[in-house]
Amino acid sequence: MNLNALWAYANPKKFIQATDRVLPWISILAIVSLVVGLVWGFFFTPEDYRQGSTVKIIYIHVPSALMAINAWLMMLVTSLVWIVRRHHVSALAARAAAPVGAVMTVIALATGAIWGQPMWGTWWAWDPRLTSFLILFLFYLGYMALWAAIEDGDTAADLTSILCLVGSVFALLSRYAVNFWNQGLHQGASLSLDKEENVADVFYYPLLVCIAGFVLLFIALVFLRTQTEIRARRTRALLARERMG
Amino acid sequence: MMPELGKYAEAVLSSYGVSIALLLVLVWASLRRARRVKKQLEDIESKAKRDG
Repeated sequence: MNLNALWAYANPKKFIQATDRVLPWISILAIVSLVVGLVWGFFFTPEDYRQGSTVKIIYIHVPSALMAINAWLMMLVTSLVWIVRRHHVSALAARAAAPVGAVMTVIALATGAIWGQPMWGTWWAWDPRLTSFLILFLFYLGYMALWAAIEDGDTAADLTSILCLVGSVFALLSRYAVNFWNQGLHQGASLSLDKEENVADVFYYPLLVCIAGFVLLFIALVFLRTQTEIRARRTRALLARERMG
Repeated sequence: MMPELGKYAEAVLSSYGVSIALLLVLVWASLRRARRVKKQLEDIESKAKRDG
């Protein structure tokens, strides 16, 4: 595949045309994967011998936590593209992804707290992973607030891109905090390239389907919201032209 | 049909409830804004065309 061909989608019109074609299919696949994964995990998996039925929370907690981090990394990539190549679509895609990432972070924090209460005996602990996740959430809020606070789109894209670079430290810390510090409550990763470290197969396969569902939902929402941001930008430009002329 | 969740039923059900509700609100808000902005742009573009 010629990677240079990807730059064609930096054209707003081409981006909307291309995403319009694939959006219904991605949405359907997302719904099917989420329904299959969650129903499989909730109804057809056994209890864990230590965690009891709370193990079923894994099917929401792990995919949402994964997406919370990866949404920020996607924003990092598109912000870098904006900084280097000044493609508006990439800056708008980063803006579009932020609320989705923020909701994923809230879901991960909420389900973690609900799971933690019966398992750890506390809703919250200042554990390295939990704390870095909370800071990541605050970065999401700051990022969205900065976009909303600055009227000039290019200046907003510049400043939010810098904020995104800084916040990436916490996105990476959220992922690797368990490896860096051992004193926290949070256990190691539930998924790994090393099969020995993964959860048991009976939990692993429905979890993979749920992760696929969350990834597809994220892609669908980012496509839809980026289209919206492109149209909102064009609307602002036309209104400004109308006021001047 | 409902699996036996035992003493953790509240935790499991509230996790699913909160998460699904948040996802539905996110999807609904995204679709609503998408429709509103698309309509607004179409109106402005057709007005611009009319006015030459």
